[in-house]
Amino acid sequence: MELIYDLSTPVIMGILMGGLYALIALGLSLVFGVMKLINVAHGDLVVTGTYFSYACFTIMGLDPILSLILGAPVMFVFGYAIQKFLMSRSFGVSMEAPLIIAFGLSLVLQNLNQVLWTPLSRGLTTDYAFKSFNIGEVYIPLPYLLNFIAALVVMLVLRTFLSKTYLGKAISAASQNKRGALLMGINPNRIYAVTFAIAMATAAVAGVFLGLTFPFTPTTGVSFLIISFGVIVVGGMGSMLGTFIGGMVLGLAQTLGGHFFGDAAQMLVAYLIVLVALTIRPQGLFSR
Amino acid sequence: MSQEALLKVSDISVYYGSLQVIWDLSLEVKPSEIVALIGSNGSSKTTLLDTISGLIHPAKGSITFESRPIETLDSFNIVALGITQVPEGRELFPDLSVEDNLYLGSYNPKARSQRAKNLKVVFEHFPILESRKNQSAKTLSGGEQQMLAIGRGLMSDPKLMLLDEMSLGLAPIICTELYKALREISQRRITVLFVEQNVRRSLEEADRAYIIESGRVVLSGTAKDLREEEKVKKAYFGL
Repeated sequence: MELIYDLSTPVIMGILMGGLYALIALGLSLVFGVMKLINVAHGDLVVTGTYFSYACFTIMGLDPILSLILGAPVMFVFGYAIQKFLMSRSFGVSMEAPLIIAFGLSLVLQNLNQVLWTPLSRGLTTDYAFKSFNIGEVYIPLPYLLNFIAALVVMLVLRTFLSKTYLGKAISAASQNKRGALLMGINPNRIYAVTFAIAMATAAVAGVFLGLTFPFTPTTGVSFLIISFGVIVVGGMGSMLGTFIGGMVLGLAQTLGGHFFGDAAQMLVAYLIVLVALTIRPQGLFSR
Repeated sequence: MSQEALLKVSDISVYYGSLQVIWDLSLEVKPSEIVALIGSNGSSKTTLLDTISGLIHPAKGSITFESRPIETLDSFNIVALGITQVPEGRELFPDLSVEDNLYLGSYNPKARSQRAKNLKVVFEHFPILESRKNQSAKTLSGGEQQMLAIGRGLMSDPKLMLLDEMSLGLAPIICTELYKALREISQRRITVLFVEQNVRRSLEEADRAYIIESGRVVLSGTAKDLREEEKVKKAYFGL
């Protein structure tokens, strides 16, 4: 009984923490699943979303979550433009070309954010960002719960979109069989641009919740990119449900690792889990 | 035979990088014809179909469809003009349902308005697809998958259907069934250009045929004439 009591904090915190990881990783997973592109700029795009919301918050006094009414469409259009004007031509060149462009985009965004916002650590310091509540003896900061809810909502919306709408089905079709899609008259360039745009809209959401939970700097994106890789490796690249659960697995590995082996070991445990998952099920736990 | 060609391929050369795979190839298909492309493995038949479908563009020569040049168009424009390809290996969307696979066949805007009508046509030809419409495509048998691939092609409301090796890996009885469906499809004024390894079968099913070797047409004519041709008998029937 005492063990259960002891574990309740790391288990609940791990699952909620996993919500943020999943939220960030969903866009990365979607782009990989459809375009087979490892978008190494994803973390920086998420943080760019955080800064956008920070600007709305500090300049206009707009609540960060409300600012998504602006932020999500802006990032959607930004994503569409990146794919259409920057990436699309490189897809025909080689597998590496879009990867290199993504890497370049990552560097540009980091430095741009540095120029615009300085390297100082900042935060979306709303009232509720510091609120917390208790479930029994477990103390839970409110943003953690919000992260989890946001991840669940975004995951369900993406899943429904991909499986129920005609455009979503066309995106699924293009990801399952590109040649088949081409021969059915599906224009992959348009599909890819829409996919990237949707992924960036989710990045805007992730950016806001990241900023509500943790302080951020222009280079914060890199560390979350690496965690997101772990999440989609465990959960299965391209599977929305898998990515969601992969987030939980990584969150739990981190908090339970910290609980049993000390705080210094928490990320080590998380990445060991990734390594084990990669060895046993390289296609991911939930990949088809 | 004086009718205007529906599809006219004139003197095309096609390269993969610096490797030439099709050499000054010409052929034509007239409305409502069934035409066979015959040739051994590696004779570039699939490349030829992909060139017509706009997945590859010829370095030289022209392709016209209803007298309109199409050799520089992309695949999604060509599908909208009314050319559909049922590819070798079927290239279905494995995790989508049979019904969704069919729906995506009518992705081009012109076909969308014809969707209900064409779906009825598909289910008339292949009733098994209707009874399996909620199953995912990967759970179908090989023959059913081929039917789905043809059905998906029909959903694009085509004038010309390019069929690549539809009998590959299927039992003879299923092939016979598929060819019966093909003749019925052709009755709907859909022109058919098909690739087949089985020469005897090709010359039975087609009105005319082109024999292709290493990216060149070596012989062409009506199926009846080709059946009597000494060279064909020797090379393909072992007579």
